[in-house]
Amino acid sequence: MAAEGKYETHEYDVIVIGAGGAGLRAAIEASAQGVKTALVCKSLLGKAHTVMAEGGIAAALGNVYPEDNWKVHFRDTMRGGKMLNNWRMAQIHAQEAPERVLELEEWGALFDRTKDGLILQRDFGGHRYARLAHVGDRTGLEMIRTLQQHAVHKGIDVYMECNVQRLLKDGERISGAFGYWRESGKFVLFKCKAVVLATGGGGKAWKITSNSWEYTGDGIAMALDAGADLIDIEMIQFHPTGMVWPPSVRGILVTEGVRGDGGTLTNSLGKRFMFDYIPDFFKAETAESEKEADGWYEDKKNNRRTPDLLPRDEVARAINAEVKAGRGTSHGGVFLDIASRRPAEYIKRRLPSMYHQFKELADVDITKEPMEVGPTCHYFMGGVRVDADTTAATVPGLFAAGEVAAGLHGANRLGGNSLSDLVVFGRRAGLYAAEHAKALKGPLAVDAGQIEAIAQELLAPFNGKGGENPYTIHADLQDCMQNLVGIIRTETELKEALDKLAAFKQRLTKVNIEGNRQYNPGWHLALDLRSMLEVSEAATLAAIERKESRGGHTRDDYPKTDAKFAKVNVVVKKRKDDLHISQEPLPEMPEELKKIVEEQK
Amino acid sequence: MATQEVTMRVWRGDASGGAFKEYRLPIGEGMVVLDVIHAIQATQANDLAVRWNCKAGKCGSCSAEINGKPRLMCMTRMNTFKPGETITVAPIKSFPLIRDLVTDVSFNFEKAKTIPPLRLKPKEADGTRRMFQEDIDRAQEFHKCIECFLCQNVCHVIRDHEDNKKHFAGPRFFVRLAALEMHPLDTNDRKQFIKEKAGLGFCNITKCCTEVCPENIHITDNSIIPLKERLVDEFYDPLAWLFRKIGGK
Repeated sequence: MAAEGKYETHEYDVIVIGAGGAGLRAAIEASAQGVKTALVCKSLLGKAHTVMAEGGIAAALGNVYPEDNWKVHFRDTMRGGKMLNNWRMAQIHAQEAPERVLELEEWGALFDRTKDGLILQRDFGGHRYARLAHVGDRTGLEMIRTLQQHAVHKGIDVYMECNVQRLLKDGERISGAFGYWRESGKFVLFKCKAVVLATGGGGKAWKITSNSWEYTGDGIAMALDAGADLIDIEMIQFHPTGMVWPPSVRGILVTEGVRGDGGTLTNSLGKRFMFDYIPDFFKAETAESEKEADGWYEDKKNNRRTPDLLPRDEVARAINAEVKAGRGTSHGGVFLDIASRRPAEYIKRRLPSMYHQFKELADVDITKEPMEVGPTCHYFMGGVRVDADTTAATVPGLFAAGEVAAGLHGANRLGGNSLSDLVVFGRRAGLYAAEHAKALKGPLAVDAGQIEAIAQELLAPFNGKGGENPYTIHADLQDCMQNLVGIIRTETELKEALDKLAAFKQRLTKVNIEGNRQYNPGWHLALDLRSMLEVSEAATLAAIERKESRGGHTRDDYPKTDAKFAKVNVVVKKRKDDLHISQEPLPEMPEELKKIVEEQK
Repeated sequence: MATQEVTMRVWRGDASGGAFKEYRLPIGEGMVVLDVIHAIQATQANDLAVRWNCKAGKCGSCSAEINGKPRLMCMTRMNTFKPGETITVAPIKSFPLIRDLVTDVSFNFEKAKTIPPLRLKPKEADGTRRMFQEDIDRAQEFHKCIECFLCQNVCHVIRDHEDNKKHFAGPRFFVRLAALEMHPLDTNDRKQFIKEKAGLGFCNITKCCTEVCPENIHITDNSIIPLKERLVDEFYDPLAWLFRKIGGK
């Protein structure tokens, strides 16, 4: 029996998987191009990770500092990414971000305003000027709601709580996707000419994480399975400031906006320790004294940026080192203090959700006491390798945008550059996926045998023998990645992680799920574990390959940057059942852009 | 707080029926109800259905009725209960049950499709959009909505009268309509819609919605009452009525 007859089947030109900022923007664009488009997402609409973004969206609007422009933003992004970025993506991003922000305003977003009635911008780490358009500290909510409502008014078909598990191919090109409805557990088949992956990262494989249950690396695993390349997958951002106490909230994000608005990091001796951790690479642009640092908030011409706002990789490593040296708090973090530096009214107005979050979850009044913070697994810089202009992956018909795609952020992402990434490259993904779909003629073929095999694989956890519990495997995986593939890495530990990952894969075949297919989180986790394990393995292998320290990848056994590795991406491919690692040269940056990076110091 | 044991009564079942089931388990410092539900999932009932995402009160996924009170599970601390108290967790009542703590909230997504969208007036001569902070403060309050639908859940108009769902949008969408109406640059006219399709007249301002809003949006005072006043001005103002008569509208 043909798969179309056996399973609920839908036919589209473009399927967008994931409904955060990138997926929504891609679907809006594809639909505007006149192709039949569907948006498929794991959660309810409007609940994706974008909703949790806090501080703002980076765009050189120049509303607060007229000196700002795309060139400065480009330069900040490249330097923040330790020059591993795809230069063309960084250029497109810096050039198009302002247009995309103004478009959000056109669609109803209400950003905080300057005195002149324009969009207000705030300071953030690694950005030379106050650049982040924001709404207090709930910018992501504003953005996802604006895009969600726009998509709904455009009449785009949305499949909510529908979990896509595999991509389907007709020969070399994408021809569909197969997954299940969470509510009923029934399978669903999408036939389509193009797929846009907008599935985010895989931070749920780490124990201390800001990521929700959705962040299981599905898109990355599906792309690998479909034959696409990954790059930079060893580059994982640990956000310097997650909550550390009480234990139940460990890892929940504390916005960089706290530091952008004047907060400082101090150790248990009361010292502003970031002055001790200014790397040579950023010396020329970073304040050397507390006086200069404090002056910078008001006067950027005569003062350099506070080291509290060095890029995230630098700050996370510094916090890690302070705690290791015994200068941490009793709960293993450091202090983040805005209470002693800004008036209570200001704090409540600028950081209302931080105020609420600490008050409700930690009994801490951030207008009166410092917060306790420490690094938390936050963001994948690496992911699916894409063409800079079109977001096309290395498989025809496959596109990727947002966190799942790699290149823009290089070795380390600047705060605020993710929300802008979502709309800049989300739009491009929708546009080029639609073009691809329009150019294709003839019927779509999916392989019934392949679909049957996938269906059997997805049901396997109900028939497993061995009594393994998926939640236990997940907890063990999180311990493994946290302890062995964390902020600071060494070859022996990375290899130990590989052995453990192989053992987890074996255990996963022995999972036995209780209950039936209807809304069964145990079953869903067993399926998500497959992606988490694949992504964890790819990240670990790539981390072994990069024998240097750079951005979101720090090797204790190779503590310095290495000029040789400055010129290459680590590439991961899957052939048959195995992952293959190689190094490939970075695209060469044109001379005029090189000048921008050098000149604007 | 030392480790202590708690007893949780959690609804298990689907549309065909179900019952509360008791679970006993240890809890740790700082835990919220959602942590305990997750612990039950991990150790005693892998298939316990629950929605959640952010675990920080930002996404509005984990709405439930905890000891009869509509709350977000992620923002309800275990230390707010008396030691030894049995804690009952049930799905929100106003929407059809799918399974365990998960309900079918599609009513809200259907209503969202019907809302007349924003229609901005032309840009300024210099190509910008100028809006002043004091002019957007009110609409920004409404934009804080995390769509947890707790206000919809407690609204008597639909909680006790299934029939009304056809003609009534509910507090979440009054907040949304108010946000659109109070956008300083909007030009769309939604008054007919608010009166006839959204059924604002059904609301008798008992403020139940305001009381449960985890974002502390003043739903009744700041959105519903001003909308009611606009309708009164439009439809029941004798002068406006006279103008309409003369103008032949």
